[in-house]
Amino acid sequence: MIDTTTRLVGAAPDASTAALVAYVLGLADDALVLGHRLSEWSGRGPTLEEDIALSNLALDLIGQARLYYAYAGEIEGIGRDEDALAYLRDEHAFRNLLLLEQPNGDFASSMVRHLLYAAFLTPYLQALAGSEDRRLAEIAAKAGKEMAYHLRHAAEWVIRLGDGTAESHGRTQAALDELWMYTGEMFQMDAAERDLATQSLAVERRRIKPVWEASLDRVLAEATLSRPADGWMQTGGRAGQHTEHLGHLLAEMQVLHRAHPGATW
Amino acid sequence: MRAEAMTETPMPLWEVFIRNRSGMPHKHCGSVHAADATMALQAARDVYTRRGESVSIWVIPSHAITASDPGDKDLLFEPTASKPYRHPTFYTVPDEVGHM
Repeated sequence: MIDTTTRLVGAAPDASTAALVAYVLGLADDALVLGHRLSEWSGRGPTLEEDIALSNLALDLIGQARLYYAYAGEIEGIGRDEDALAYLRDEHAFRNLLLLEQPNGDFASSMVRHLLYAAFLTPYLQALAGSEDRRLAEIAAKAGKEMAYHLRHAAEWVIRLGDGTAESHGRTQAALDELWMYTGEMFQMDAAERDLATQSLAVERRRIKPVWEASLDRVLAEATLSRPADGWMQTGGRAGQHTEHLGHLLAEMQVLHRAHPGATW
Repeated sequence: MRAEAMTETPMPLWEVFIRNRSGMPHKHCGSVHAADATMALQAARDVYTRRGESVSIWVIPSHAITASDPGDKDLLFEPTASKPYRHPTFYTVPDEVGHM
């Protein structure tokens, strides 16, 4: 095990530190952006029960984001805390996957987005729990249990929506077709992340793809939905090139902190 | 595909019972609306166990519960008021026994 916290304190940021910070920020931004999207459902859920469930899922993700941001701030070592990282970075500094910033759409669309991501993140975190980086391993172990429930919840809904009425089936298939082009990005790694994976700090994303496909296919079969063919995939989120939706999301999410720095409840 | 009724028909009601600790009985804590038993369990988990209250959940279709008629209150329950000897208050229970 490498204790990256003590190893890096006081050291000038070198390439490997920068790579680790960027990687952890990617995990953090993924969790925060999707968590924020789900929080937009609060008070608007299709039923009271699901409204609470969606808020629970949002809180899980925002909690995971806080752990990652706090860790990223520590290894970065220039005094940025979780608030500074979440609220004071601009759109192009965000490294989240494009899939996660897509608008909620209807309930089917939100559940499909969640299924696509949770089916990836659950096995990914199980692998990351074996990271040589102790902090990442701890966060992944905790987050992995939460995401296993997210996967079940989204899968059960997608099955019922897909195998429900003609209306719900049509909407769910349409959401799947629309979001499919954002799934390729989950399995992409830049050179820096590949380097971290070689050191067993990060996880080789391609390794997760067969697990993801298998669990997705199981759900889609039961939901009577068809998996879209792999076409051209949208990418760029990890490099800060986002769809037009992230700017609006950040404007709403960050406005309070930017208007009233350090505001507390 | 199932009948085209899912969006029009109100979702069935389920009674939720949770067990706080191993060894203690499940207790009724409320109800949820859900399309089926699996979704009812998930809804119960999300609505009633958010603060770590539970180690186990039961859900039961509300229609499966047969309830006593409130009008039968006197007939069913009143007669016991005059039978204090049925209360186990004439014994001292040693502390070591714990929950009874």
